[in-house]
Amino acid sequence: MTSSSIDANAATVSIPGELKVIQDATCTFCGCVCDDIDLTVKDDHITEAKRACVLGKAWFLNHHNDGRASCHIGGKPASLEEGYDLAAKILTEGRYPIVYGLSDSPCEAQRVAVSIADWIKGTIDTTTSVCHGPSGMAFQGVGEVTCSLGEVANRGDMIIFWGANPAESHPRHFTRYSLMPKGMFLPNGRKDRTCVFVDVRKTKSAKAADIFLQIKPRKDFEALWSLRALAKGIELEPELVLRETGVELSAWQDLMDRMKAAKFGVIFFGMGLTMTRGKHANTEALLALTRDMNAYTRFAAKPNRGHGNVSGADNVVSWRTGYPFGVNHSRGYPRFNPGEYTTSDTLANGEADAAMTIACDPMANFSQPAREHLASIPLISLDTKETPTTRAATVAFTVATYGINTGGTVYRMDDVPIPLRPAFRSPHPSDFEVLTAIEERVKKILGITE
Amino acid sequence: MTAIEYTKVSQGTVYDPANRVDGQVRDLWIAEGRIVATPTDPDVRPARVIDASGLVVMPGGIDMHCHIAGPKVNVARKMRPEEKRKGEQISGTSNTHSGTMGSVPSTFATGYKYAALGYTTAFDAAVPPLGARHAHEEFDDTPCLDKGFYVLMGNNHYVMQSLQRNEPQKLKAFIGWLLAATKGFAPKLVNPGGVEVWKSHQAGNVSGLDQAVDHFNVTPRQIIRGVAQAANELGLPHPVHIHCNNLGMPGNWETTLETMKALEGFGGHITHAQFHSYGGGDGDENTFNSKVIQLADYVNTHPNMTVDVGQVLFGETTSMTGDGPLGYFLSKVYGGKWFSSDTEMESGCGITPIKYKNKSLVHALQWAIGLEWYLLVEDPWRVVMSTDHPNGGSFLAYPQIIRLLMDCTYRRDILKTCHPMVRERSTLWDLDREYTLNEIAIITRAGPARILGLKDKGHLGPGADADITIYTPHENKEIMFEMPRVVIKAGQVIVEQGEIRHTPIGKTLHVDPVYDHEVEPDIQQWFEKYYSIRWRNYPVDISYLHESAVVPPRV
Repeated sequence: MTSSSIDANAATVSIPGELKVIQDATCTFCGCVCDDIDLTVKDDHITEAKRACVLGKAWFLNHHNDGRASCHIGGKPASLEEGYDLAAKILTEGRYPIVYGLSDSPCEAQRVAVSIADWIKGTIDTTTSVCHGPSGMAFQGVGEVTCSLGEVANRGDMIIFWGANPAESHPRHFTRYSLMPKGMFLPNGRKDRTCVFVDVRKTKSAKAADIFLQIKPRKDFEALWSLRALAKGIELEPELVLRETGVELSAWQDLMDRMKAAKFGVIFFGMGLTMTRGKHANTEALLALTRDMNAYTRFAAKPNRGHGNVSGADNVVSWRTGYPFGVNHSRGYPRFNPGEYTTSDTLANGEADAAMTIACDPMANFSQPAREHLASIPLISLDTKETPTTRAATVAFTVATYGINTGGTVYRMDDVPIPLRPAFRSPHPSDFEVLTAIEERVKKILGITE
Repeated sequence: MTAIEYTKVSQGTVYDPANRVDGQVRDLWIAEGRIVATPTDPDVRPARVIDASGLVVMPGGIDMHCHIAGPKVNVARKMRPEEKRKGEQISGTSNTHSGTMGSVPSTFATGYKYAALGYTTAFDAAVPPLGARHAHEEFDDTPCLDKGFYVLMGNNHYVMQSLQRNEPQKLKAFIGWLLAATKGFAPKLVNPGGVEVWKSHQAGNVSGLDQAVDHFNVTPRQIIRGVAQAANELGLPHPVHIHCNNLGMPGNWETTLETMKALEGFGGHITHAQFHSYGGGDGDENTFNSKVIQLADYVNTHPNMTVDVGQVLFGETTSMTGDGPLGYFLSKVYGGKWFSSDTEMESGCGITPIKYKNKSLVHALQWAIGLEWYLLVEDPWRVVMSTDHPNGGSFLAYPQIIRLLMDCTYRRDILKTCHPMVRERSTLWDLDREYTLNEIAIITRAGPARILGLKDKGHLGPGADADITIYTPHENKEIMFEMPRVVIKAGQVIVEQGEIRHTPIGKTLHVDPVYDHEVEPDIQQWFEKYYSIRWRNYPVDISYLHESAVVPPRV
């Protein structure tokens, strides 16, 4: 593999005091991956991020180069070379090393991380395993009828959000893709669409709904199967449906009638569905409902992915290993077993003996047993800033921020690959550079000649 | 000045049909990745001699129609963990990555397996332009092969709009622009018009060549003829690659014949012809039969036409297609998991697991119909070996197909195991043609190179890429072809007897057509109205190509 695709887009050097404008830069804050941001750059910071949402503005405008060292060993500043050497030593000496994170790295860096996991016969896992992992498993069970976000904008006349809160998690979702655009077959934009929210609570997003159905917590599965039954014309007991879902059967029937009358329906689902009781069974039910609906009209489903390049991580791990996340190489070839090779589980089971985390913060958000085990083993971390995980790391690399300091490729939540246009240079190396340097040393230690 | 380092492949029995070498013992000289003329200076000594005496030497294999990279291939990998677990496990070594098999191997495994089979070039047959960047990224992780892809445009809105408005100049410029923007190789039509109808109607599709696509009011016939004309005028090395309407449907042979007629006067290629050669009516399996004779007759008398077969092999595989309505149809037939994805302005996609059974009349007929195609097209230069990997079966089945073609007794033995009605509904039992090694070299390398306009491939004359496969002769041709003795890629030995020696990443082959740039503002205006990504972020940057070569236009 070469590094040209990442170097070619690397930021140009800022000329002191001069304004520079980067047109159509890509925001990697969330899975919307908006690629229409005009950045005004002065010296080493961004002064304006035109068209960015509140989250995107915070992402771009608050970014500045800090005086932190690019490498710390045992909490003390060290040279990058020392860091690379020690990282390679840790990874190659581990009997059960794991590599985890990756959803805020460009594909070019993800590819190197998968190579490292392959050479050291370790586990490669991504943050998918703690967000839409159940969706990935459901996908393996029933498949998926889906479409690109532009199809939603051009054709989607019935938009359903299930367990998702895009107003707060994906602020430009409505305006760019799902509700407001005047599409090819929806010339009046929002007026031509029906918007439905199904959730256990009335979120800020629900304000956008024409219909809001508040279901009982932990009853998504029952609600979705009620809809599947109604789609097929199966009679249901009104009391049972109300008791199980918290919503009147007549309301579900009304929704189903509208779904069948729609020309092109789309269901976006979030972690409110995938991480509640039922997990992958919930997503299976939703994907199966979507499939069922294609016997009557056109319908598509799509997970609202969170991180900027979590879809890229799924793709890279899949094309290199055949599986989307939670892949173990200890037998020399890839094996997939969520619940065993997914990092939160591996750590909670006390199984890994060396770890490398990239662009993630498990010490802040994993379970207590997982955190305790992670703190007890040699840890290499790559992050753009100081976090609980970098503080716990044996070797901590401070890396440049993708999309702001470095180029590369990210995949939008609908798997559309989009290039990055960085704004200014970072004093820190990119995660691609750090991982490449570690990989070179790992290969040398292990006698890999590929 | 450093002396040129030569490699000599010594005294092999060479099959190089493009240069009319049919099993003669020759030396081949290689320098700087290419075949060169034998040095005239008798003092020149090769740095390396590969002794091929007693062995068969051919150009490296070329797969002109397979699905190995890009969005839908990767979705199929994600969707089918079950077949990987029970499939062959690909362990990493000191010079190779690990991987998984099943019907859709991981990227590195794909490269290694093709190379170990003696194939050195492969073309992915269906990439949506919006996913072109993804295909290039996967190519960069697929070693040992030179690669390119065909760009889906049979349901592209700008294509249909240009035809609707009778603006052939815009259509021509658009095709040039799109191929350049995606760094693609050739225009691909998949169920032209039908996928657009699928997007706007339940189970939507077009039924034949003259049904208008709603909203655009153009017919599949107009799309086929319009794109063929524009692509031929652009001088593209492989003008147009067509997956006809009505794939898999009984009675579809008439659609296929009409498609061929629509191409009259232009070069065109019909892909996986096997899936498009069925008689019978109204979706009725009981009337299903072969119409290869009629279609092969047309091909035999029309030199503008070429086909690849799309051979079906018995067993489990994954169907993957840019033909969205076909994916829906197959998912209903098989009842398993189903993936479908519509890509804005451009295309669709359908994926579902399938299984071909020799006791099923339909499946056994499909198998027989594929073989009929090889045996009934008289000129081997115009029929190409393919399984439409993985749709009809894996590319790993090529050695088995070679045996079926070279050994009539074996072919009839297999036919005896199939559903008995196959002999009545096809002509296969009566065909006693047996392919020669020279003809095999044509349908697996020389022919596809010529059809693709690759002057440096598919032959062993001076100037050709030094992609060479050396086989150990064996009476059983499946054994002979399944494990080459040596495979050479651009002059470097990459495989010896199944062992991977080197893993060069290979070149990306693409075109850079000359087109009317004045049309670009019009394309941009259209693009910015309806696409969900920015115009500036759409074209694939040259940095994604790494090693690459522009294949020049036909003169």
